[in-house]
Amino acid sequence: MTATSFSQLDALEAEAIHIVREVVAQMERPALLFSGGKDSIVLLHIALKAFAPARLPMPLMHVDTGHNFPEVIDYRDRVVEQYDLNLVVGSVPDAIERGFVREEPNGSRNRIQTPVLLDTIEKNKFDACMGGARRDEEKARAKERVFSFRDDFGQWDPRNQRPELWSLYNGRVHQGESIRVFPLSNWTELDIWDYINSRGIEVPSIYMAHERDVFHRDGMWMAANEFCQPREGEMIERRTVRYRTVGDATLTAAVLSDADTVDKIIAETAATRLTERGATRGDDRVSEAAMEDRKKEGYF
Amino acid sequence: MDLLRFATAGSVDDGKSTLIGRLLYDSKSIFEDQLDAVEAASKARGTEYTDLALLTDGLRAEREQGITIDVAYRYFATPKRKFIIADTPGHQQYTRNMVTGASTADLAIILVDARKGMTEQSRRHATLSSLLRVPHIVLAVNKMDLVGWSEERFNEIYAEFTEFAAKLDVPDLTAIPMSALLGDNVVDRSVNMPWYGGGSLMHHLEHVHIASDRNLQDVRFPVQYVIRPMRNELHDYRGFAGQVASGIIKVGDEVMALPSGMTSRVAAIDGPGGPLEAAQPPMSVTLRLEDEIDVSRGDVICRVGNHPEPTQDVDATICWMDSDALTVGRKLGILHTTRMARAMVKDIAYELDVNTLHREKDVTELGLNAIGRVKLRVTTPLLLDDYADNRTTGSFILIDEATNRTVGAGVVREH
Ligand SMILES: Nc1nc2c(ncn2[C@@H]2O[C@H](COP(=O)(O)OP(=O)(O)OP(=O)(O)O)[C@@H](O)[C@H]2O)c(=O)[nH]1
Ligand SMILES: [Mg+2]
Repeated sequence: MTATSFSQLDALEAEAIHIVREVVAQMERPALLFSGGKDSIVLLHIALKAFAPARLPMPLMHVDTGHNFPEVIDYRDRVVEQYDLNLVVGSVPDAIERGFVREEPNGSRNRIQTPVLLDTIEKNKFDACMGGARRDEEKARAKERVFSFRDDFGQWDPRNQRPELWSLYNGRVHQGESIRVFPLSNWTELDIWDYINSRGIEVPSIYMAHERDVFHRDGMWMAANEFCQPREGEMIERRTVRYRTVGDATLTAAVLSDADTVDKIIAETAATRLTERGATRGDDRVSEAAMEDRKKEGYF
Repeated sequence: MDLLRFATAGSVDDGKSTLIGRLLYDSKSIFEDQLDAVEAASKARGTEYTDLALLTDGLRAEREQGITIDVAYRYFATPKRKFIIADTPGHQQYTRNMVTGASTADLAIILVDARKGMTEQSRRHATLSSLLRVPHIVLAVNKMDLVGWSEERFNEIYAEFTEFAAKLDVPDLTAIPMSALLGDNVVDRSVNMPWYGGGSLMHHLEHVHIASDRNLQDVRFPVQYVIRPMRNELHDYRGFAGQVASGIIKVGDEVMALPSGMTSRVAAIDGPGGPLEAAQPPMSVTLRLEDEIDVSRGDVICRVGNHPEPTQDVDATICWMDSDALTVGRKLGILHTTRMARAMVKDIAYELDVNTLHREKDVTELGLNAIGRVKLRVTTPLLLDDYADNRTTGSFILIDEATNRTVGAGVVREH
């Protein structure tokens, strides 16, 4: 075997496997945050490989905003069954019902999912949560460590992160504190699709071009569905679209696209002039530091 | 396609973030929405021009103060290479974050402001880059627009740097005069400095020969985790999971597990895509051995005739990264490959004066950002190699046992 038969994608995979194994070896009660989005799908795929032929030695955790794409929830449930996984759900609708959080006037559950996430971590005594976030997604994420320390309020302190040298990860925490771990830190959106392609991984159908009723709002194409209806002056149109990211269905926009295969998605991703969050996420548009502020409160 | 990881270094305000912004902008690696956001943020701050440093200075506090606080990682590719950039802070207070970014770099760009010349912080960063054995160094003499594009000034700074670097281990040095702000010699060659015969920074990044730094000689496989499926049909499966630190491991090889010294043969190598005949760095694999020998996390699998001697005495150069100084007698956690142990500081041999590289022998402590040579006694034997031979088995971090913070980084040195 020569060095050249090992691609940069293989190197990213090897790095991610190493990180996932460090989490399980160092931490007492880790969990894998699984949303059914493409990044968490790749992360799960890698975590399964890291421990094969043994079972995944940690549960999946999903923070369910209740604003879901049905295709994504179906996918989640199928994967859980296929690999015989444990799924822990932190439900935002339940939390609203029991008065733990209050629905925001604009109907977005982006902010109120953070307390639910932290509550689920605390109730299950998780000391590490792995997520599929990537540094190329957003400027605050670009600053975050692979092993990202959270205090006992779940807060991230970007001014005081632990140094992180070589591939030595410090997972030591006191009771109540935890670590968020991002094994895909060094992957780009294009790497994710190249990996999905080369490893033949199935993704929810909403990532592929399909016809959908959409309307135009703030420069983005929103799906018309039970959570999101056009306002005065916004018109429903039937368009061929796909999703680049999957988040809260009230906030996540589709992009116009004919890419109905992974190959075509790769070609489109390589040529795009907009970042995935810039093109599709209402939640980052609130202010210049929207992501940083949410992360300080405990968001992933 | 191969991958080049590089980091910026140098004093505060020498133009590191501006340079990265310019590099991304001129190589058309910026997305439209990112540029729009940076333009809007520059306007809101009353900057006359688009402040490209905002492409990496993404934290609120960084933008308020106009400095970099922590490393930003950026990713881009050209038809020749894929790049991972670590834009590090110049401010001395955040040296720990510079070290974080430089520890994995193949190349460091050390910026020097052409007006100011070398500062203590430029010397500190050059010393740290050399200590971390970053194989390629670029000296970027920046802000040439402010010194009238003077060849003489460039030569002065180049001489100042090489005189200093002569006392360090700098295997490959390239010097480029530039203006990060205006883009001269960043992606495109400067028309303002016809006296400079070399290529642009981008040309260098695309072509620098990164002869594999990987050590393929000495087999070192630190065991991360033991895989036992606990299922009837896989009752006897016992796999040792880890990432190959160095060397090439083949099925059938006779191997030794350390520190026990027990030997066996490699029965199988399981990779992420299925069984493999051989594994080399940086592959993450699972090894199965022919015999049932005792191996657990922290142990290292080597070849029989080529292995480190387990030792509890560690001689190392360290960079101290905590305001609470390192003193003789202090106890710390130590993480070396996959082995966590405790260490006691036996002796501080010297502190390095980063201005003169003089070894100050009469020191009783190493303060924040100090670089020095120490002796540690460790609770469990470690399997150390010289950092010069092996970046993985030659490095470790020190952890404060009360706060759990990472407070020191060490490299093992023979000399
Ligand atoms: N005239 C001129 N100004 C420059 C040049 N490069 C950077 N600057 C300016 O120098 C100032 C500092 O630039 P930064 O890029 O933030 O410096 P830095 O090295 O990243 O600083 P830290 O990250 O805080 O250490 C800014 O005002 C830049 O516009 C240059 O080539 N010429
Ligand atoms: Mg900077």
